[in-house]
Amino acid sequence: MSNAAIARPLGLDPAGTVHVTHDHHELGFLRKYIFSVDHKVIGIQFLFTGLIMLLFGGLMAMAVRWQLAWPWTQMPILGKVLFPETGGVATPEGYTMLFTMHGTLMVFFVIIPLLTGTFGNYLIPLMIGAPDMAFPRLNMMGYWFWWPGIVCILLSFGAQGGGPAAGWTAYPPLSTIEAAAPGSNWGQNWWLLSLTFVGVSSMMGAVNYVTTIVKMRAPGMGFFRMPLSIWGLMIAALLQLFALPVLTAASFMQLFDRVFDAGFFTPPDIIINNFSPEAGATVDSVGNATGGHPLLWQHLFWFYSHPAVYIMVLPAMGFASDIISVHARKPIFGYKPMAYSMAAIAGLGFIVWGHHMFMSGMNPSVGLVFMTATMMIALPSAIKVFNWLGTLWGSRIRLNSAMLFALAFVAMFIIGGLSGIWMASTPPDIYIHDTYIIVAHFHYVVFAGSVMAIFGSLYHWFPKMFGRMMNETLGKIHFFGTFIFTNGVFYMMHQLGLAGLMRRTADPYAYETYAHLQPMNQFISICAFCLLGWQIFFVVNFFGSMIWGKRAPRNPWKATSLEWETPSPPGHGNFDKELAVYHGPYEYGVPGVEADFVPQTQKCEHVSAH
Amino acid sequence: MSESIAAYDPKVDAPAHLHPVYDYDSGPPVERGKFAIWLFLATEIMFFSGLIGAYIVLRSGASTWPNPADRLAVDLTAVNTFILICSSYTMVLSLFAAEKGDKGGTLKWLGLTILIGSAFVSVQVYEYIELIHHGNIPSKDIFWSTFYVMTGFHGTHVVIGVIWLATVWVRVLKGKYPPQNYLGIELAGLYWHFVDLVWVLLFTIVYLF
Repeated sequence: MSNAAIARPLGLDPAGTVHVTHDHHELGFLRKYIFSVDHKVIGIQFLFTGLIMLLFGGLMAMAVRWQLAWPWTQMPILGKVLFPETGGVATPEGYTMLFTMHGTLMVFFVIIPLLTGTFGNYLIPLMIGAPDMAFPRLNMMGYWFWWPGIVCILLSFGAQGGGPAAGWTAYPPLSTIEAAAPGSNWGQNWWLLSLTFVGVSSMMGAVNYVTTIVKMRAPGMGFFRMPLSIWGLMIAALLQLFALPVLTAASFMQLFDRVFDAGFFTPPDIIINNFSPEAGATVDSVGNATGGHPLLWQHLFWFYSHPAVYIMVLPAMGFASDIISVHARKPIFGYKPMAYSMAAIAGLGFIVWGHHMFMSGMNPSVGLVFMTATMMIALPSAIKVFNWLGTLWGSRIRLNSAMLFALAFVAMFIIGGLSGIWMASTPPDIYIHDTYIIVAHFHYVVFAGSVMAIFGSLYHWFPKMFGRMMNETLGKIHFFGTFIFTNGVFYMMHQLGLAGLMRRTADPYAYETYAHLQPMNQFISICAFCLLGWQIFFVVNFFGSMIWGKRAPRNPWKATSLEWETPSPPGHGNFDKELAVYHGPYEYGVPGVEADFVPQTQKCEHVSAH
Repeated sequence: MSESIAAYDPKVDAPAHLHPVYDYDSGPPVERGKFAIWLFLATEIMFFSGLIGAYIVLRSGASTWPNPADRLAVDLTAVNTFILICSSYTMVLSLFAAEKGDKGGTLKWLGLTILIGSAFVSVQVYEYIELIHHGNIPSKDIFWSTFYVMTGFHGTHVVIGVIWLATVWVRVLKGKYPPQNYLGIELAGLYWHFVDLVWVLLFTIVYLF
């Protein structure tokens, strides 16, 4: 069988040879599970680390919710850890630190690593038919460069003067001048260093993903035969490559402002809480350089962080497309438009960052340009939504946990996306900016959208990752509770926002106007506590199924894409047979074929070779 | 519903004890390493674009901006720029030698590149020491803030480049790059040319204008 050359399938030129060997070399525990270069192990490392960070970020959110529901009362359980010096009662600075760290953890340590780190690593080689990533050792370094980032962010909690407290957006002067926010001492420095490490880690990953997808597809796997998950991951990786370095540059500038008293973001003649940066009124300060612009940071920050929004949703869109197609037993409706619209969303995503800054004092005519560009994103997004609906139309849906979560992703993305359209127009933004409307909007997209897709993907690919099936009953219980409580939390925030409730306020009820909103906040908080508590069903199912779950076959869902050709879980080198791809990944219910699906590796006269 | 899901069947689902080794290659006819280094250089371009963009915004927004010639040793840095550009040429010569399998020539030209890179960094360190000695530190004003950030990050890149080229030099010495496979030298060279090119830009906007 050695040196068996693979026939060139259907005129697509990439072809090569596959040697089959029988050599087994056993690796030690450290090389196999800790410093592994196998993309599957690295993906699972990202998964476990990301889930732990999700728990941390979730607990921060619970502390925030307690303060908003019952301000200045003793916080059960968490209070003892977070505010020991006040006996468990939140402090205003502590509250600011909490929402800052909640946002930071969720964006940089949960959503992006879970989507690109976990599924990017796990799925890319399997779905394109490659034995591993293009650069396995670089891949391992990508994971291990994430750890200094985690260490730095944990150090920032315990930093002198408190953790970073300028919001996850780190706007100067809050983030650069100590007199403006007590938390902007070493906590902020650790925060900036952490972001730099995360950035390097992401960059290593992204270079690897794109190179692997472009250079290591199996014979016959043309770009337009790739599953949409791979399209989503590749476009997200390109976004990371082109947007993230700008944030790294900006973080270094802010670090210079803080450590060397440079003046990038400090305007001249500014006085904050009786402190003048130029004069250097504090004991150890000798005066800063000034002449900078606070808005410059906002531009640089959002130049990255708006594309980052799409890094957090494009892979999720890809996964949802694949899950929906498999469990609806129908080809994805409009495959190419789906891929093109992801590219369009990513492209437009680079020129819309200003919509985060409508009220910042930016020139209003620039706001008009950003508004128009932002609204154009509704077009490709709508194409995707209608294509998902078109896929579902008239199908025989398998309503299992993976599918339920994928459907929830679509539904929640519609709500989050629609609020995005109208808040993109400048006139309503004057009223709603910095209110809970914004909080509702982005949690709909990122939590109710991306996290739902992550859960769906875990239910869908768990059999491949761990070789066992997850429990469907527990999965459905998990889904319905999560879905109801998610909406209980975030839908209500729209109402709060319309009533004018401001974000990032430790005690809004100090203002007479907002006092009547406390009962609704209490309702939201109770839903939030239930939402976190409900995840016990997931935890039990996830770990229980690893041990007691039914053995998973290679292809439990009767899906077509290449990862289902491998054993569950796949061994080192992934594939134990030769691969050739003859058609796209969405051949379900092909007329004239008895089985309701045709795997990509199966030559079939009834399938056109597109 | 459950009947539509496949169950485990050891005959089909057990892993075969075969380990295929793949050597096919898809996509454009360019080595993986070269493809990846170009992606990496794209991120580097964005990084320096961030720094240079900030500089342009800050400078055009400032009411007054000092004449760089009054504050910086332009002549010295002009010479330094010239020798750095020369190092790109020696890098190319080293690659030509590697292509021909001329190990001695490769080592000679690569070594010269490393020397020039080190000289460039040394001159810059000397410049920094002089400037700091005269109290021109980043906190003095926005000119110095931008100056140190931009030249500092470029200098860091040169240092990384010198270290990279030095490891390549040792590998050449050990005979790791036969005439058919000198990609490692080429990749380090691409990075080196990029670092040179960035310097030409930085020298122009920071020192000359």
